[in-house]
Amino acid sequence: MADETSTQVTGELTITLNGTQVDARKGELLIAAAERHGVYIPHFCYHPRMRPVGMCRMCIVEVDTGRGPTLQPSCMLECAEGMVVDTESDVTSKAQDGILEFLLINHPLDCPVCDKGGECPLQDQTMAYGPGESRFVESKRHHEKPIPISDLVLLDRERCILCDRCTRFAKEVAGDPLIHFINRGNHTEVNTFPDEPFASYFSGNTVQICPVGALTATPYRFKARPWDLEQVESTCQTCSVGCRVAVQSSRNEVLRYVGVDSDPVNWGWLCDKGRFAFESVNGDERLGEPLVRTGGELRPARWSEAIASAAEVLQSTLTAHGPEAIGVIGGARLTNEAAYAWAKLAKGVLGTDNVDAQLGDGLPAEVVLGLPSATIDEVCAPGGTVIVLGPDTKEELPVLFLRLRHAVLNDGVRLIEIAPTATGLSAIATASLIHHPGETAEVARALVGQPGLGTDAGGVNSAALEVARAAIAAGGPVRVVLGRASVAESVSWTVEAASILSSIPDTSFLMALRRGNVRGAIDLGLSPGLLPGRVTLDGGRANLSGLWPTVPATPGMDTTAMLTAAAEGHLRTLVLVGADPLADFPDRDLARRALAGVETIIATDTYLTGSSSLAGVVLPAAGFAEVSGTTTNLEGRVSVLSQRVTPPGTARSDWAIASDLARALGVDLGFASVEDILTEISSAAPSHAGLADALASSSDTDGVVVPLSGPTPADALLSFTVPTSDALLPRHSYSLRLVVGRKLYDEGTAVHHSPAMTNLPVGGALRLNRYDFDRLGVAEGDLVRVIAPALTIEAPVVVDPAVPRGSAGAWFNQDGLCAADLIDITAPLTVLQVESLNGQGAGS
Amino acid sequence: MTVSDVAPIITSRFANPDAHTLSGYRATGGYQALAKALSMSPEAVANEVKEASLLGRGGAGFPAGVKWGFCPPGVWPRYLVVNGDESEPGTYKDRMLMERDPHQLIEGVLLACYAVGCGQAFLYVRGEMALAQERIAAALNEAYAAGLVGRNIMGSDFSVDVILHWGAGAYIVGEETALIESLEGERGMPRLKPPFFPAAKGLYMQPTIVNNVETLSNVPWIVNNGAAAYNELGAEASRGTRMFAVSGHVKNPGVFEVEFGTTTFRDIIFDPRYAGGILGDRAVKAFIPGGASAPWFFEEHLDLPLEKGTVDRAGSMLGSGAIVVMDETTDVVRACLSLVRFFAHESCGKCTPCREGTTWLERILTRIISGQGRPTDLDLLLDVSDNISPGIAWPPKQTTICPLGPSAVSPISSALTRFRGEFEALIDDAVAARTAVTPVEITVGSHG
Repeated sequence: MADETSTQVTGELTITLNGTQVDARKGELLIAAAERHGVYIPHFCYHPRMRPVGMCRMCIVEVDTGRGPTLQPSCMLECAEGMVVDTESDVTSKAQDGILEFLLINHPLDCPVCDKGGECPLQDQTMAYGPGESRFVESKRHHEKPIPISDLVLLDRERCILCDRCTRFAKEVAGDPLIHFINRGNHTEVNTFPDEPFASYFSGNTVQICPVGALTATPYRFKARPWDLEQVESTCQTCSVGCRVAVQSSRNEVLRYVGVDSDPVNWGWLCDKGRFAFESVNGDERLGEPLVRTGGELRPARWSEAIASAAEVLQSTLTAHGPEAIGVIGGARLTNEAAYAWAKLAKGVLGTDNVDAQLGDGLPAEVVLGLPSATIDEVCAPGGTVIVLGPDTKEELPVLFLRLRHAVLNDGVRLIEIAPTATGLSAIATASLIHHPGETAEVARALVGQPGLGTDAGGVNSAALEVARAAIAAGGPVRVVLGRASVAESVSWTVEAASILSSIPDTSFLMALRRGNVRGAIDLGLSPGLLPGRVTLDGGRANLSGLWPTVPATPGMDTTAMLTAAAEGHLRTLVLVGADPLADFPDRDLARRALAGVETIIATDTYLTGSSSLAGVVLPAAGFAEVSGTTTNLEGRVSVLSQRVTPPGTARSDWAIASDLARALGVDLGFASVEDILTEISSAAPSHAGLADALASSSDTDGVVVPLSGPTPADALLSFTVPTSDALLPRHSYSLRLVVGRKLYDEGTAVHHSPAMTNLPVGGALRLNRYDFDRLGVAEGDLVRVIAPALTIEAPVVVDPAVPRGSAGAWFNQDGLCAADLIDITAPLTVLQVESLNGQGAGS
Repeated sequence: MTVSDVAPIITSRFANPDAHTLSGYRATGGYQALAKALSMSPEAVANEVKEASLLGRGGAGFPAGVKWGFCPPGVWPRYLVVNGDESEPGTYKDRMLMERDPHQLIEGVLLACYAVGCGQAFLYVRGEMALAQERIAAALNEAYAAGLVGRNIMGSDFSVDVILHWGAGAYIVGEETALIESLEGERGMPRLKPPFFPAAKGLYMQPTIVNNVETLSNVPWIVNNGAAAYNELGAEASRGTRMFAVSGHVKNPGVFEVEFGTTTFRDIIFDPRYAGGILGDRAVKAFIPGGASAPWFFEEHLDLPLEKGTVDRAGSMLGSGAIVVMDETTDVVRACLSLVRFFAHESCGKCTPCREGTTWLERILTRIISGQGRPTDLDLLLDVSDNISPGIAWPPKQTTICPLGPSAVSPISSALTRFRGEFEALIDDAVAARTAVTPVEITVGSHG
């Protein structure tokens, strides 16, 4: 079937549009061609990112293809040479007026109490094309209104015009066909299946694309009228995909995010977490004033007092123990400008290289910067092969999941996943290589090996490997989506696997890293051993002379090493820049000991977290929608973030906090504005050369991928060593290898402080294959004894067919069983034993 | 009256009580056409059918042999879909063929598969036809057991599987693309044509030939007797014989196989061998010549032959071969409502004008009949009709996806054109009744 949603159009032809000859592309839909030439054809069901269905009939226009004019739906009709189109003829107008009247006869016209009023396509088109009064004197169709179809979305079937947008989105785009037409004819309605809510991670998109007020989202209902909203365009920082959004507010309160169609990134889609996390911007518990610990208690303080207090701690640590005794963790929540300011403060002023924006759950920065990079468009380009070796994109990078799904289903991309559990992509993967935890590299080795080896690898059978090898051999480029599938195992296997895959010709990588601006933080030096501009300390030192007072001499520690050193008493002062190691570091016991082991913690954050509540000084930071600047997504795409509202209380932007701290330490960072910093980044960071000008002169808001000069040549990529992995213990018949990934909804700040989402985390349970249930003698929902290296706890077990035999799944950062309690980061792989509490079970 | 006495082609076994069994079918020449075809090339079989001017019997009347040639060459697999979802009101010929002579249909299916090159045929039987389903399934089992269906049919290298599928009660599934959607497990909603016609992209987006039950039931006879013999019957493009179901105010309603193209409406309605005349020997007020979707005919059309082109030119169609007779006592407004209500009930709901428009038409008619008519209602009926079927012409134009919506317009335009006075009388009475009532004086007071 022709791919109507593909943007691939070739060839040129000429059509006559309302008497004027215009160009059109082969395969281009008439409605799109007309719009391109400034002729708007009214429509409801047509959406440029979905397959046209021609159902609403609003876009019918008179078209003559040589056999006389006939009414044709312009959303279904591809342009053909010589086609004569009249969108304004009497016949066209009469038909369109008639359709509009049909749509209105059962529409409740409750516009005054409808959230869509003011931005409603039906309302707008009625104004533009519709009749002045109704000829329909009968009673309208009635339904109970509205009904919840999920925790986030309500459905008013009276308003619905049955355009199939939401249902099409759910089925075609999201792959969650949980809403559907039911009944027939005039009784047709959209609804869920009985007792099956529309529990899709992407449900908010249906609200956005609904052409009437039939679908509304609980967080926005009755909050504002569209004409009262002010908006700016920005980039979502909930995850590292970097979807473009419009941030809308009224009376200095963020009320809604709306997806913006950025062609290289999100195509207008957002995930529900990103869309509804705006609630956490407005949270009641936002930090609005600095806190300083006095008499064992955190008490409100003036900024001057708090900054002086923090500077004094830093200065005394420097004086007494040198810069190596200071560690800085975090920075992935910041703007690029703030990240640069903090890098300059930490490395250039304090002189410590113990700086890491990642929390032991990412990839070494040298690896991120040491492999050739691919953009999302390159990954999804028709005809290639994508290897996903990383987290479940549906859970962690949801809109990337949508792009990958589209590429596989519509553009013939072959997808191979290498993962320890089945994922959201498994069902559409060409080959889903579900392997034993810790044996990732074995699978990669087998994949690049000679065809026909006929042996299994890492628990993946040879037949599946054969299919995967054939997919790669089918030609086209190979793009790897690389990240951490599980934080319960050493990163070394992932690095080794990546290194092996990089030997395939024409291979490049998209880094599936956690947290919004992690890529910007890495690029701008918030990683041990690196300086701004994707360079090492030695490689970048010269760039910074004259700009930075100092540059660390030797590479410092990453987060794991810092926390280990802190626990052992070697790190005196820890600065947490929007980081919460107690919640986010894979080994909670180590995080706990580390925070207890340092003398002082200085934290900047938007909320008081488990970690920042242990701090001596807490500095309230301005968050998303409260700061302007730029951010970098997982591709290395830099786009503009915009401020829409003012931060709570006296909270300040992170770059200003860094600047104040530096000043208190006697150094002027040299910035008076975000623009100053961007200018300095453009000159100090080699990879970002020319960035400020490029952003300023860009004709669209998609942002620019750095470096602007094109992909970094192979010889300029950082070098990294493949760590030698510890030997794995042999698989033990009573042991289970732990796999820890994240769910979209967890106990993190965005969800926890967004009332609409607080009920959505699934909660913690140990997830096992049904086979292991029988083997262990336990039943679904049982409490079992979980024996981890560091502790033994009781936890419920549930069946999860996604988890293979011999593995145990646990979600990160959930209430109940928290995976971080089980993980021992010093072990290459966390191995558990599970025992039934009634005495039967493993080992008995 | 000039009724030709031709031997029946497709109902020849209807009188035999065991015609539905394999032995009964074989005893009367069954599967000889298949054996004959297997000794011919597929092209020769296809050519014979093409020569025979076998017009499709489902409604549109497109020549089956020509349709078979529409599969794009070299694209495999291709499928045959048999449309046994006969649902047009007044039509019950396919049901008879499936109940009484299922092997004849199966043989026709096999011949079509052989000619077109299909390895799989899907036989879609209307959900309500329990006996037809039972007979078809039993016959298919017998045919499989006898090596007539399945692998290596009759020892040849020709193999076909026939898959049975029961409908779930939707009229619209008789429309070929809705039927294909239904077969694929989707809701029975039509696909828009263009871009894709089933012959090029149909079931599972593969080339698909959709043929009616009666159409395929003709094929064994054609293969046995040749196109020339077939073309000796009938007139113009309408060759062979055709089954017509006559219902309504006639003495002997039923389904009759008559020579196509030469028999007239008067013949089939009045001849004692067929419908036998009007009940109580009353006069004909109107009749529907080809199923509920067809514009009505009247007294002056009785002598038209049952010939596709002639009927088309007269402004209606033979459609599915259902003739519904209304005598002079018929209340045309109620008759009109009855038909419109059917289409409103059966609208699939996919496209706006049909989903909303047919129900609106039904409600206006209901209002007129229930004494709530307004003088503007007749123009409203026509304008709503015009918004479903611009111009209210024949053949109809449409703002809809499929012809169901315009079908609801046919009875309205027919009745309103011919019998506008009857509508106006109802409305005048209603207006008179309303104005005769003395308005009650309403006092507006405050609640204590």
